[in-house]
Amino acid sequence: MTSLKDILSPFTAWKNVILEPVTIKDPINDRPGAARYRGFHKNDITKCIGCGTCEDICENEAIDMVPVEGIETKDGDSGLRPKIDYGRCCWCALCVDVCTTNSLSMSNEYKWIDTDPDNFRFIPGVDKKSWDDNEAGWKKPEPNYEFYGLKRAEMGELHPEERDHSFIEFIKGYSKQQAQEEADRCVECGICTATCPAHMGIPDYIRAIRNDDIEEGLRVLYETNPLPEICGRICTHKCESVCSIGHKGEPLSIRWLKRYIADQVESEHYKKILETENLVKNGKKVAIIGAGPSGLSAAYYLSLLGYECTIFEKLPEAGGMMRYGIPEYRLPYDQIDKDINYILSLGVEIRYNVNIGSDITLDQLHLDYDAVFAGTGLHLGRSTRIDGSDHENVYQSIELLRKITLGEEIHVAEKIVVIGGGNVAMDITRSLARLQKIKYGKVQTLATSLETEDKMPADREEVVEAREEGAIIDPGWAPQSIEIVDGKVKGLHVTQCLSLFDATGAFNPQCNLDNKKFFEADMVVESIGQGMDLGYISENIKDNLTMGPRGRIQVDKYFQTSLPWLFLGGDIIQGPDVIHGIANGHQAARGIDNYLNAKG
Amino acid sequence: MMKNSIFNISPDRSKYPEKDAEGNLMVDLDSQKYVKLWQGPQHPGVTGNMSLELTISGDEIIQAKTHVGYLHRGFEKLMERRKYIQCFPTCIRMCVAEPDYNEYNLAAGIEELSGIEVPEMAQWLRTLVLEMARLQSLLRVVPGQGGTFALGLGVQWGVYLRDLILDLFEELTGGRVYHMYILPGGVRGLLPDGFKKRMEETLKKIDEFVVNIDNLMFSNAVFKQRAKDVGIIQPEWIDQFGIVGPNARSAGFMRDVRKDYPYLVYDQLDFEPMTMNYSDIYNRARLRWHDLIMTVDLIRQIMAKIPETGDIKAPTPNVLHWKIPRNETYIRSESSRGEYGFYMVSDGTDKPRRINLRGPSYVHAISLLEHMLINANIADTAAIMVSLQTCPPEIER
Repeated sequence: MTSLKDILSPFTAWKNVILEPVTIKDPINDRPGAARYRGFHKNDITKCIGCGTCEDICENEAIDMVPVEGIETKDGDSGLRPKIDYGRCCWCALCVDVCTTNSLSMSNEYKWIDTDPDNFRFIPGVDKKSWDDNEAGWKKPEPNYEFYGLKRAEMGELHPEERDHSFIEFIKGYSKQQAQEEADRCVECGICTATCPAHMGIPDYIRAIRNDDIEEGLRVLYETNPLPEICGRICTHKCESVCSIGHKGEPLSIRWLKRYIADQVESEHYKKILETENLVKNGKKVAIIGAGPSGLSAAYYLSLLGYECTIFEKLPEAGGMMRYGIPEYRLPYDQIDKDINYILSLGVEIRYNVNIGSDITLDQLHLDYDAVFAGTGLHLGRSTRIDGSDHENVYQSIELLRKITLGEEIHVAEKIVVIGGGNVAMDITRSLARLQKIKYGKVQTLATSLETEDKMPADREEVVEAREEGAIIDPGWAPQSIEIVDGKVKGLHVTQCLSLFDATGAFNPQCNLDNKKFFEADMVVESIGQGMDLGYISENIKDNLTMGPRGRIQVDKYFQTSLPWLFLGGDIIQGPDVIHGIANGHQAARGIDNYLNAKG
Repeated sequence: MMKNSIFNISPDRSKYPEKDAEGNLMVDLDSQKYVKLWQGPQHPGVTGNMSLELTISGDEIIQAKTHVGYLHRGFEKLMERRKYIQCFPTCIRMCVAEPDYNEYNLAAGIEELSGIEVPEMAQWLRTLVLEMARLQSLLRVVPGQGGTFALGLGVQWGVYLRDLILDLFEELTGGRVYHMYILPGGVRGLLPDGFKKRMEETLKKIDEFVVNIDNLMFSNAVFKQRAKDVGIIQPEWIDQFGIVGPNARSAGFMRDVRKDYPYLVYDQLDFEPMTMNYSDIYNRARLRWHDLIMTVDLIRQIMAKIPETGDIKAPTPNVLHWKIPRNETYIRSESSRGEYGFYMVSDGTDKPRRINLRGPSYVHAISLLEHMLINANIADTAAIMVSLQTCPPEIER
């Protein structure tokens, strides 16, 4: 059984005595971790936005988001940074892979000896470590390795050829599948909520979409925004510009998701879902001037609190700039009506065609009502005041847009130049392009602005879509004069605009006069901003109001003026923006409630 | 039980102790015939933290009871409180020695339940990692069998080579022991530059080791004396106990998930797991030695066939709120110890309702070991336990 081989064979192992030892004598110094090693954490503190997805994904709860002193504040930054507890960390690097900005990574360092256990809780990037500049170590694998979608769910749109001759809404809205696909991309960081002027519960309503709980979604929307159909279409979506997903991919279509929720619910179900069927009146009355976003928002939230609200509107229909400024192809009138009718159904009364100042004075409102809120907006056009701008064929965009809504005939020339690079300029450009297409069968509208393309204040998609519809956008030019020959507009002389602001930050455009251009046109539209008309505030009231900078009336955080019964909000306080108006109206409603409760 | 040899100087005492009418052993400790002896939970001859309560008569074991509970971390329960992606760093700890099978089973289960197709490149990389895991495990257990008979030299060789495999793991996955590489949807990286070359260098060293360990251990009179005809698994026990993997194959039963239910790219690889007809300690060790050679060959095949590049991960739902529809599945893979299965139940939420591990060690180390130790010599306890390749972390999870 036992062979000689079995006795001798094991002795062959003795050959090992002549081999080199395989162990490293000094492993502490000689062996760096591999290039992908999951070692100690690093964080690029300037790239990090404190979104907290690392904290969310950590299965050991090793990460806490903590406030950090001394970091530069920027938009879309929570100001928090991850603090890692190495008593809990398991170095799985999921925090690195999920990071929305790719700021978090790991070094290949794995030795850290310390006498104080508390030191092993540290804030990478803030608490300086020897491995901060170590290039090797784990990074998120590339490419096609993501923990969430970076591309937007595709939104159906009318083809430019279908939409360039009609005012039909061209964004089709999400289907359930598209909305859920889009909602799935959200990481619930809440930076959008912090940025939204109305602080809407964006992650909450997106979660409601994911859970297919539209009623819950609607309730979340109405907590902070009583105009979801409108905002779901034309909000300036500051939330999207800070969306954490936007750092690596396309930001979430938060606006379209909001619209999706509102679109799913029929108006007749609103009261039941939002539990507003039996509002109890408190017997107090508030007058609201202007049925724009801020006035409607104030009326809605005051109604919930039991106030009887009466809105005085100068124009024949409610909506303010939303109806009379924004073209129908972006915001159809029936959708405005849906939001407004729900507010009216709560007992809010609107008196149309009433001019405060002439039909009824502000002083009278003060006598008749417990408080007054005014959100009268910016409805006056501003002129460039260049030579020729007083010609009859030189128009203000805001007036043209209002006339289009009112159904009045407007002059549409064959060749039109629009001066301005904001959203209103794009609205009038695209509206006129449509009217030209209808009237002449072709589009010859050109828009020019002082700002160069990358600095144009208009939303990017507005510029792209205007071009798709045949309009020419030629930015970076300063208007010099409008050429008028034989009493007719011939075109616009421009020179290249080099800069808009001087060293002090004041508006002071600098031009290169050698680089000139001439835009042929027989009609010019100015769209360089709007002004406010506060004529309804009588002198004796005005004398008692404290004025703030730039000719605006000073208000406190509840939009209360120095006259305690008078609250002002919306564009006249905050500048042109729907969502700011809604936020102002909501806050003013709180202020009015506080004021009237204190008054007793 | 034991054959006539120089180590067996005692007569067969298997008739002790007597049994009562119901067949229970009548062990009267006051009779001075029996001694209770605890082997473990801290004992070099016990794999991991487990203990054996032995009742011995002289040097013969007449009763054995496995005691676990020293390593229970409740991972199955923890996973019920974690999102699916968070189960990924949790599940691996259920078996420390071969964490990758946990990763694979979890990922494959999630993918099956959510209907996700894994890219081909990721499938090859997964297969590679699973075979590397088998290799590093066998590099410990094959010479480890010698270690149970105080033949420590092979263990040192094995540990060194295992470290070289861990170096490669570190390069590929970023971790040495817990690789956390196979995640739901795919894997976490392509092969680094020069990886194939370094892998071949290591495999060449393992080729030498295969010959050396054969000379040192398998052609060793002492090892043969100790290992042959000891710790026999009877063929009829295979189905009775649910024995799987090398322990079953050594008794003549072809049990290998890679062949029986091919997964990943095993159907594109050429291999034939070995079977034997007599399962004693020696043959089981020998079979694992053959497995080691086969694994080296499989890695060479993978290295030759693996695509140069490709997608490593399929798009998945957002991992932070990945919900899986109500369903259940059983996912299995072949670990170095045998069939390693996850029974997974999803209830439509973002957390698993239940993940249950069906590991080979539960059978091998509890019911089978207790049975096999009866009438064995106490000096062979460690050898029998190691020959079953038990893994207490996997029993207790």
